[in-house]
Amino acid sequence: MAAPAIDGWFVTDDDGAVHLLGTRCAGCRTVYFPPQTGFCRNPHCAGEDLTPARLSRRGTVWSYTNACYPPPAPFAAAEPYTPVTLAAVELAEEGIVVLGQVKDLTVDDLHVGMELELTSGALADGPLVWMWGRA
Amino acid sequence: MDVVIAGTGMHPWGKWGRSFVEYGVAAARAALRDAGLDWTEVQYVVGADTIRNGYPGFIAGATFAQALGWTGARIASCYAACASGAQAIDIARTRILAGLCDVALVVGADSTPKGFFTPVGGDRPDDPDWLRFRLLGATNPAYFALYARRRMALYGDTPEDFAAVKVKNAQAGSLNENARYRKTVTAEEVLASPMVADPLRLMDICATSDGGAALVLASEGYARRRGLSTAVRIAAVSTVTPSFPNTVLELPCFATDSTAAVPPPERTFRASIAHAAYEEAGLGPQDLSFAEVYDLSTALELDWAEDVGLAPPGEAGKLLRAGDTALGGRIPVNPSGGLASFGEAIPAQAIAQVCELTRQLRGTAGSRQVVNARAALAANQGLFGHGSAIIAVT
Repeated sequence: MAAPAIDGWFVTDDDGAVHLLGTRCAGCRTVYFPPQTGFCRNPHCAGEDLTPARLSRRGTVWSYTNACYPPPAPFAAAEPYTPVTLAAVELAEEGIVVLGQVKDLTVDDLHVGMELELTSGALADGPLVWMWGRA
Repeated sequence: MDVVIAGTGMHPWGKWGRSFVEYGVAAARAALRDAGLDWTEVQYVVGADTIRNGYPGFIAGATFAQALGWTGARIASCYAACASGAQAIDIARTRILAGLCDVALVVGADSTPKGFFTPVGGDRPDDPDWLRFRLLGATNPAYFALYARRRMALYGDTPEDFAAVKVKNAQAGSLNENARYRKTVTAEEVLASPMVADPLRLMDICATSDGGAALVLASEGYARRRGLSTAVRIAAVSTVTPSFPNTVLELPCFATDSTAAVPPPERTFRASIAHAAYEEAGLGPQDLSFAEVYDLSTALELDWAEDVGLAPPGEAGKLLRAGDTALGGRIPVNPSGGLASFGEAIPAQAIAQVCELTRQLRGTAGSRQVVNARAALAANQGLFGHGSAIIAVT
């Protein structure tokens, strides 16, 4: 399998299930994605113990869009280019909205409130990123 | 004691292909002429920085002071993304209020590349602004589009509503000699322009522009002694940050803060920006004659109209459709023509908003004049959590 485009932000299990990797503050239980280390950003918490946490794999679409024109570098746009779809997905348990590319769905297939599930996919130049896919 | 806006100056917005220093100097000289003050009398200079023009852009205060001719004036330079201009105003105003100087010059100018704003160059995987392009291809318009789609889903706004914002702002901008786009447009033209980030089309999204804006700020006492204009006073400058947890996905972030431990704050970040300004001024939205808001996209103008309290959440479209926010309406929004007509010259933009506030409140806005303008608010947000709102009054 291709290497991840960024280390430590998501993991793929042996069964193929993809999880976002965040952190959780041991003090106040606030969840962070991308993984926050060293200190908790809750102004009421002095916590410095942030432990790795797998985030929920399913969430609902907060909003979505696409990139009709190839995004500029450092994005590696495919040639020929087909619009990249993006979705911001709300994870209920963590109380967080996470942005990601959407795999195999276009804006015409999406609506706000729709359930999506985490997967992964390759950037045009090879490495993998997390992506939201059909639940 | 109050701080008064004694002079305003702008270099027209466009794609002129020259150094940002030229635009800044032109705007500064225009502001000094407008104030009736000589450059050598300025005691304090604040430059709003630009990050796309090399080292001179990072130390804009010194760059402009050197270009205008070293006089020994004290300086500051500041960067707060789109809110840089507001921070520059805040610094100058605070210094005047502290009694450390009587008169200050605030300058912001930018020279921008064509096309999408891209991250600063180099391989920088520790910078979220670089990573969002690398991993997601998430341009600035992508974030504007997420907000626009959310409005459509929550409030039933339509692409036709967004187009109507552009039509309104182009109409106002056609009357502004400093605007880059001076042509009126039709809704059909907006709706026929190419889709950039669904549901936003090219004409829904603000361009990147060259431009420069400057203000002469003075203590009221100094202005009176020197016979400068005291017609327009700054009643508030809000430079607030978000409250944790920030539950709106902000450019350039990958995610919101989590509400797992702390419930969402009473107000969203954008709403808190205006709220702080109202508190400081002792005014409310009902006291405004008009507002300048940061219409990075047509849909975002509707968000802002609600965030600054001109309409309850979800009802800015109603205000727009009634003609209330147009020139001649009950509460004009972006009588300057807004970013729709200017395009964004980042460090100059918040200063340009205050130039418009000043002209309108002086009653010198010509064919764009808002009748009997008494109080106005300019609102803006810089990425990475920079609030910016300024209230000026007559």
